[in-house]
Amino acid sequence: MITFDTHPDRYRHWQLQVDGAIARLILAVDEDAGLVPGYQLKLNSYDLGVDIELNDALQRIRFEHPTVKTVIVTSGMEKMFCAGANIYMLGTSSHGWKVNFCKFTNETRNSMEDSSARSGIKFLAACNGTTAGGGYELALACDEIFLIDDRSSAVSLPEVPLLGVLPGTGGLTRLTDKRHVRRDLADVFCTNPDGVRGRRAKDWKLVDEVVPRHAFDEKVNARAHELCAGSLRPDRAEGIALTPLNRKIDEAGYHYGHVDVAVDVDARAATITVRAPATKIANTLEDIHRAGADWWPLAMARELDDAILMLRTNNDKIGSFLIKTEGDMDCVLDADAVLDAQKSDWFVREVIAMMRRTFARLEVSSRSLFALIEEGSCFAGSLYELALAADRIYMLDITEEEGDAPKIALSALNFGELESINGSTRLASRFYGDAAVLADLKSTIGTPLDVFASEEKGLVTFIPDDIDWEEEIRLLVEERASLSPDALTGMEANLRFGGAETSATKIFGRLSAWQNWIFNRPNAVGDKGALKLFGSGTKAEFDRRRV
Amino acid sequence: MAINYQERIPNNVDLGNDRRLQRALEHWQPRFLDWWRELGPEGFQTKDVYLRTATSVDAKGWASFGAVKMPDYRWGIFLADQEKDRTIGCGDDYGKPVWQQVPGEYRSILRRLIVTQGDTEPASVEQQRLLGLTCPSLFDLRNLFQVNVEEGRHLWAMVYLLHAYFGRDGREEAEDLLMRHSGSEDNPRILGTFNEPISDWLSFFMFTYFTDRDGKYQLKCLAESSFDPLARTCRFMLTEEAHHMYVGETGISRIVKRTLEKMVELKTDDPAILRKSGVVDLPLLQRYVNFWFSSCMDLFGAEISSNAAISFANGVKGRPDEKRFEDHIERDTSLEIGMPDEAGGMRMEEVAVRSAMNEQVRNAYIKDCQIGLIRWNRLIKKAGFEFELELPVSRFRRNIGVWAAQYMTPDGKSLTAEEFTRQHDRFLPSDEDRLYVQSLMQQVTEPGKMAGWIAPPDRGINSKPVDYEYVVLQ
Repeated sequence: MITFDTHPDRYRHWQLQVDGAIARLILAVDEDAGLVPGYQLKLNSYDLGVDIELNDALQRIRFEHPTVKTVIVTSGMEKMFCAGANIYMLGTSSHGWKVNFCKFTNETRNSMEDSSARSGIKFLAACNGTTAGGGYELALACDEIFLIDDRSSAVSLPEVPLLGVLPGTGGLTRLTDKRHVRRDLADVFCTNPDGVRGRRAKDWKLVDEVVPRHAFDEKVNARAHELCAGSLRPDRAEGIALTPLNRKIDEAGYHYGHVDVAVDVDARAATITVRAPATKIANTLEDIHRAGADWWPLAMARELDDAILMLRTNNDKIGSFLIKTEGDMDCVLDADAVLDAQKSDWFVREVIAMMRRTFARLEVSSRSLFALIEEGSCFAGSLYELALAADRIYMLDITEEEGDAPKIALSALNFGELESINGSTRLASRFYGDAAVLADLKSTIGTPLDVFASEEKGLVTFIPDDIDWEEEIRLLVEERASLSPDALTGMEANLRFGGAETSATKIFGRLSAWQNWIFNRPNAVGDKGALKLFGSGTKAEFDRRRV
Repeated sequence: MAINYQERIPNNVDLGNDRRLQRALEHWQPRFLDWWRELGPEGFQTKDVYLRTATSVDAKGWASFGAVKMPDYRWGIFLADQEKDRTIGCGDDYGKPVWQQVPGEYRSILRRLIVTQGDTEPASVEQQRLLGLTCPSLFDLRNLFQVNVEEGRHLWAMVYLLHAYFGRDGREEAEDLLMRHSGSEDNPRILGTFNEPISDWLSFFMFTYFTDRDGKYQLKCLAESSFDPLARTCRFMLTEEAHHMYVGETGISRIVKRTLEKMVELKTDDPAILRKSGVVDLPLLQRYVNFWFSSCMDLFGAEISSNAAISFANGVKGRPDEKRFEDHIERDTSLEIGMPDEAGGMRMEEVAVRSAMNEQVRNAYIKDCQIGLIRWNRLIKKAGFEFELELPVSRFRRNIGVWAAQYMTPDGKSLTAEEFTRQHDRFLPSDEDRLYVQSLMQQVTEPGKMAGWIAPPDRGINSKPVDYEYVVLQ
């Protein structure tokens, strides 16, 4: 079983150095420490294990090192920044593993851009050697790229010419949408396995600066300090330690303090239950910081994040997630109010960002998502986002006399801060930006909405009554489990991200569509496919027909 | 700048009628001369040197001798004669006609090979630029310059291929070959070894014996290339490379000879006493052999290499003397190579022949290296001493491949890192060794006279006497 737990003391591949406002993330991959046997991580190439450490290091920077305003991403190897994802790992992995790996690495890179845009943590790629494939994609996820100019080191995306696949970890999308590389030059760049170096790399906008070796460290440092200007991060602050997760794994699933996952192998479904805080959460900055990693919004988000990753990586046959909440709705609304009131504090801002990224992670999971609003649930404010992320929302219709009639409620966080990867709030996406509808919904903030009001306002899908409920849900899960998982993944992704595109939606969309199509084609993965044969010394044989 | 091509640049590629090549060279040649003046041999640019110039590829033309100032040397462009109906000699396309043009598919890989090879040629000139100031004789000074101008010509040969076959990219790469400099912090040469200066003549002879021999094996692989112009270029370069190895082999022979004279005279093999009389003691020579041989081992690349496998499969590069192998396709064949085991020893492992290309080339090279040692050991034995010079094992002091960072003695016994450091000065030149060698480096320029640590050569150049004024210093 793969877990995502690690700590800087245990890193095999990255070093995290913090010096005041500057953090250095130094990649020096341990060749012999691949996550699964069968390949060596040569030339600073990475697998999921390397990226798990990167993700952890980014989290440490966000929470444990609050004074960091710029992160320099560089290599500890001579003449080699990073050669990208390990090809032998890709060549020997199942299709599902490849896709899950790509998804996680994309999320990690997107999270760097999220931190840059929303938390004021800037990233500077100091490419001190060959920067190829996924290595360049990592650099592309940074705000700026400095490339050493030694007449040898180049940036390149050699996936098409060498491997017969795409630079699909955001490489193509960021070339055009983020860096505005002219498309004809991008075409040349992406078909030349040697890439582009020196002056031309800058002229083509592939990098921001090319710097000779003697001045490289100095220029990088100077620019890193410049990038600190205007950051929202504090000059002086105590970090919040990310203590190990409180998690138990057993036959029944994954169990945390505020989150529980019950896996039903036969139904191919998992029930994810998120619990409200038991009491009102700490609301002064002093108390919030003292609570640290135990503060409910952070603890809940970290646990949910881990639960999604565990399910994705270790339970690929579980096709549906049934999402439930449990607890006192008022405590959730209160927590949202504290988050909203204190969001100018660096820690609270990071907690909100963590919640935003976690909900986004849920939403880009290739699983059917159903929210079940039952007795004792607390789909209010931020937790109602879980329902909004779902493909359908079922709310129990039960009279006050018969039971504990569930309600939902909106908070300020439903109207900002927890945006989906398409850049808008889930409510705005749900109602296609209809200003009148959104204004009406805004006026209900804090007011509990019963089942009829919820249905009337379009906030839930169906409202089966207590007599039908159980059967409705059984049928829902069974019917879903009978459909083609591939078709469902495609359909759900299409419907979840309607409206305008962002870089992130394009990256995931194109990964899912183009890259995964190519990953399935014999030209890449057949016995004579380019990805399969890479490094074997045997030439790929292509089916020359264009499809 | 107008160039009279046939006169100025001897060639057999019809340069006079090739507009494209002329255009490229008009731009590049002045830069080459600037580079030569700035980074070529220090201090002798205006002196007449008795040099060999190739004016054609036939037996008569490839070696015309005469006094020439180095910047006026006529660097030429020569390809060995075209072999009629030559077919591809290795890989998946075995037996098909060779390529007279670069196939689009292999443009990048061929360009990279040519650039990497080309980069070593000017690099060695740069590494050796200060040696003239400490030459042990005029004869050796001339040999140094002969090696230098030929490395310059080999650069021309690679630049010709870049200019003639790789369009604008090729022209840019050709220019970068002059922009990277050995030992430069900002623009170093591509291969690490070529960034270390060669500061003494013992190292120079070691370099020409071991490192140039590596060059010979790289050229032999490229001489098998399906890209015919590359193969023909490299075949002609090999004839010149042979001279460099001759300089190395006879240089070391003469050092051994001189040391033996002293050993016989003083009746001792004690390094301390021999050093007092200014000769190179044999254990020191052994440590230099250990150093240079092991640094060359890395130049062949990793034992298991996907790049090498691809080059072979594509027919871009073969093995040295490919014809001598039985199977030229090696599609599903395997062989055994030594890999480190957990106990610090070696176990044999079966790998695909294609993946083990580097190892096969390395083994051929090692065999070739033995020849000089046999000759030197014969001299030692004849003088009545027990000492034998030996090559270290190929696993010794590696930075690349499966043996990288495995510590062992030159004869292959496993050691801890601490133990290796402790015994370093037994295996490899110590600071004291290097200082001693440096102290011997005094310039000798009187015709026919030799520095005290090296014996005179058996014969001069091109039937000239040993005391001929090979470089006119007045």
